[in-house]
Amino acid sequence: MKKEFKASITRAVNDANLTGALGKFSEAYKVNRAKAYEGIDFEALRSRIAEIKSGAACDLDAVAETFKKNAEALGAKVYRTRDPQEVKDYILQVAKDNGVKTVVKSKSMATEEIHLNRHLMENGISVAETDLGEWIIQLAGQTPSHMVMPAIHMTKEEVSDLFSKEVDERLSTDIPRLVKVARNELRPRFLAADMGISGANIAVAETGSIVLVTNEGNARLVTTLPRIHIALVGVEKLVEKFDAVVPILDALPRSATAQLLTSYVSIISGPTPNDDGTLKDLHIILMDNRRTEMARDPKFKQALQCIRCGSCLNVCPIFRLVGGHVFGGIYTGGIGTILTAWFDELQKSEDIQGLCIQCGNCTQVCPGKLDIPEMILEIRRRLVLEKGQSLVQKAIFGVVNNRKLFHGMLRAASVAGRPFTSGKFIRHLPLFLSDLTEGRSLPAIAAEPFRDSFRKIEQPKSREKAAFYAGCLIDFAYPETGVALVKLLNQAGIEVTFPEAQTCCGAPALYNGAYDVAAQNAVENIRVLLQEDVKYVVSACPTCTVALAHEFGRTLETLGRTEWLPKAKELAEKSVDLATLVKQLVDEGRLSFKEGAQLGKITYHDSCHLKRTLKVSEQPRELLQKAGYQVTEMFECDMCCGMGGSYSMKLPEISAPILQSKLRNIKETGAPVVAMDCPGCVMQIRGGFDQDGSGVRVKHTAELLADQLKG
Amino acid sequence: MYEQFRAKAVGVGAEVYRFETKREALDFVLPFLEKEGLADAPGSYAVWADSPFLDGLDLKALQQLPGLRFDVSRQLSSQAKFGISQMEWAVADTGSLVQDQSAAEQRLVSSLTEIHIALIATGNIVAGKAPLFARINPKTSRYIAFITGPSRTADIERVLTIGVHGPQRLIIVFVDELGGERL
Repeated sequence: MKKEFKASITRAVNDANLTGALGKFSEAYKVNRAKAYEGIDFEALRSRIAEIKSGAACDLDAVAETFKKNAEALGAKVYRTRDPQEVKDYILQVAKDNGVKTVVKSKSMATEEIHLNRHLMENGISVAETDLGEWIIQLAGQTPSHMVMPAIHMTKEEVSDLFSKEVDERLSTDIPRLVKVARNELRPRFLAADMGISGANIAVAETGSIVLVTNEGNARLVTTLPRIHIALVGVEKLVEKFDAVVPILDALPRSATAQLLTSYVSIISGPTPNDDGTLKDLHIILMDNRRTEMARDPKFKQALQCIRCGSCLNVCPIFRLVGGHVFGGIYTGGIGTILTAWFDELQKSEDIQGLCIQCGNCTQVCPGKLDIPEMILEIRRRLVLEKGQSLVQKAIFGVVNNRKLFHGMLRAASVAGRPFTSGKFIRHLPLFLSDLTEGRSLPAIAAEPFRDSFRKIEQPKSREKAAFYAGCLIDFAYPETGVALVKLLNQAGIEVTFPEAQTCCGAPALYNGAYDVAAQNAVENIRVLLQEDVKYVVSACPTCTVALAHEFGRTLETLGRTEWLPKAKELAEKSVDLATLVKQLVDEGRLSFKEGAQLGKITYHDSCHLKRTLKVSEQPRELLQKAGYQVTEMFECDMCCGMGGSYSMKLPEISAPILQSKLRNIKETGAPVVAMDCPGCVMQIRGGFDQDGSGVRVKHTAELLADQLKG
Repeated sequence: MYEQFRAKAVGVGAEVYRFETKREALDFVLPFLEKEGLADAPGSYAVWADSPFLDGLDLKALQQLPGLRFDVSRQLSSQAKFGISQMEWAVADTGSLVQDQSAAEQRLVSSLTEIHIALIATGNIVAGKAPLFARINPKTSRYIAFITGPSRTADIERVLTIGVHGPQRLIIVFVDELGGERL
């Protein structure tokens, strides 16, 4: 990562105004959004939107042509172009042909994308942004930090300073008063403007209509008062049918600002009469700027399903810490990373793609059903293909790809007693780190790895067998979790096998874009884990379970190693996370806990992969309750702990504050124990409490359950 | 549906009234204008856009009220405090009003003024967007406008503030006598 980029992150996380405003907003957003969606089947709604948008994206050219034909039949002038420069030339030409001196604009990210204002102003045309947030950043000479709330990073004091300069009068920081100033300053500009420029939230091919969704009322003035109206529309806004407007209007305000509907929605179909009786000169520009190329790319086509609500930013644990400007481009956050990689160039996303911790929060709320983390991984993969791995990463993955060497080094680290303090490879191994980072201790490598302890466990023989896939952390740092797992399954009459040649699940390589390494890990594990005839392949690490059950197949498919797909599928079908399996065994009456235990309060932390990829969240809670604990929920129980594998080492300046929030939320429950199902989360949170000194115990659910088994 | 509409509209800051007859509605609207400062001076006019409500009313008598104008123009609307128009549909589940505003005067009175008084037939409340979309048609209406509460922003520190570029108050007046679809 570039030094300037790291510096911009440090500045952002230390900006108390920024993190305070964003943090408060993001916490409130979640509650308000849920309220706005009450009584609505969100899954059905977003499936409908994804279907509509994806349908249009499949045939963008034809849909755009239909729009053009129908809007022109109504009297609009429609201009289609791929090239942002041509957009700017076209608008300037219309302005020159009509003697335009002044322009008022309502909010349009597409105009920001092509830096339209600069172009017009360089050519002597005065441009006023009229959306309050856009006007603020225009006065400040900045770019929007959020696509829905462009000035969310600014305080009322900063706004007051900007406005004071503009009106040449010392203003107070009273927000209603500042809003009044904007109304009074901009009103004469609306009335005098020769041209209005807007964007569009939806463009309907069937009827040639554009739909504008706003709250302030500026878009109504922009499209009414000036005699010329130009709408700049990215082609991803196209839908085929008029009735597609309904689901998008159902979702956009709810997802963007948690409103049932914005104050104003305008559906404009062709030019309307001006107030002097002449007809509006209406131009609609359909801009491509690589969107068609994107639609043809099987991995990125889904990005055209985006309705630009910004909800992915609002729920992102990283965005709430760093804000938008760290992303450097016009579009910010996760979706911004993807759009920057395409609308600017792949290389521009090199640093910012690393900001995604892959927690999956955004996938839960996206009304267009985009899988942003998946697309960011694909960007990573392509960057690695283009530029190759860094030397350090190459060295690390060289080791991970050689199981004997990898495991040998982990053992050596344990024998050395002072883990990670020497040896360059060890210190950079994925998931293991030499230094004590601020605010978190790291575990010592276990004196005896699980693979050695396992041999000493006496198990009842059974025909029903489960292969245990330990993963690196349980095998070498937390063998006690593995021992607990064996105890649980044995009690239910299942014999556990431990295929010793199992190796790293490939997640560290995958999440760093090194697909070839991940694929090799996948192949080795598939081979080893399918050797024995077992009913289940069980793991107590959700990231490993996701690898076994989802990623192996996907990675191999991406690399075209299709000969492995049937076996990957066979393994996926057998793979199960421990909580799900134990819950099933309890439900079947094969496992039970000591009766009448009163173990007191406990709180539960949801791990990202368990909750959002494997969709498991109730099972561990029910099991803990059955075992005698009283589960007390913490605030934001399913918010990432900041571990994210090697993320916490690459971006400790972001990981640390995320961990601190997690620790605070846990402590606020007053529970003396926090349970979780991921050894990575255990490492992060236990390390945090070790430094924090508050004495909260951090346990893997498996251990807590094994302690309470009956008999 | 009226009660649901009322709750939703009030929830977003609109003020909602209902009268049986046009006469009763007028007896509310005219004193309201006077009380809020209607006068024959810039900044205090009321502009009333062409509305079915006015059919059969004695316009001459109404014009006697100083400041109440029916000759809607950009100039007059930008100096008016009140804008009065008739909306066509009310949508219960979001508290929204909808109208074909292809005629510019409809937009001028409802966007440039500080207080928008929206008249509407009680019989034209629909449950939600689905029935609404069956009744609006972009082929015949070039500017379909949805209005839900007053103009708002939260662009400064996420603090909800009313009245940015559009009206600061939205007064919705249902009139049963105006008929509508469900009569």
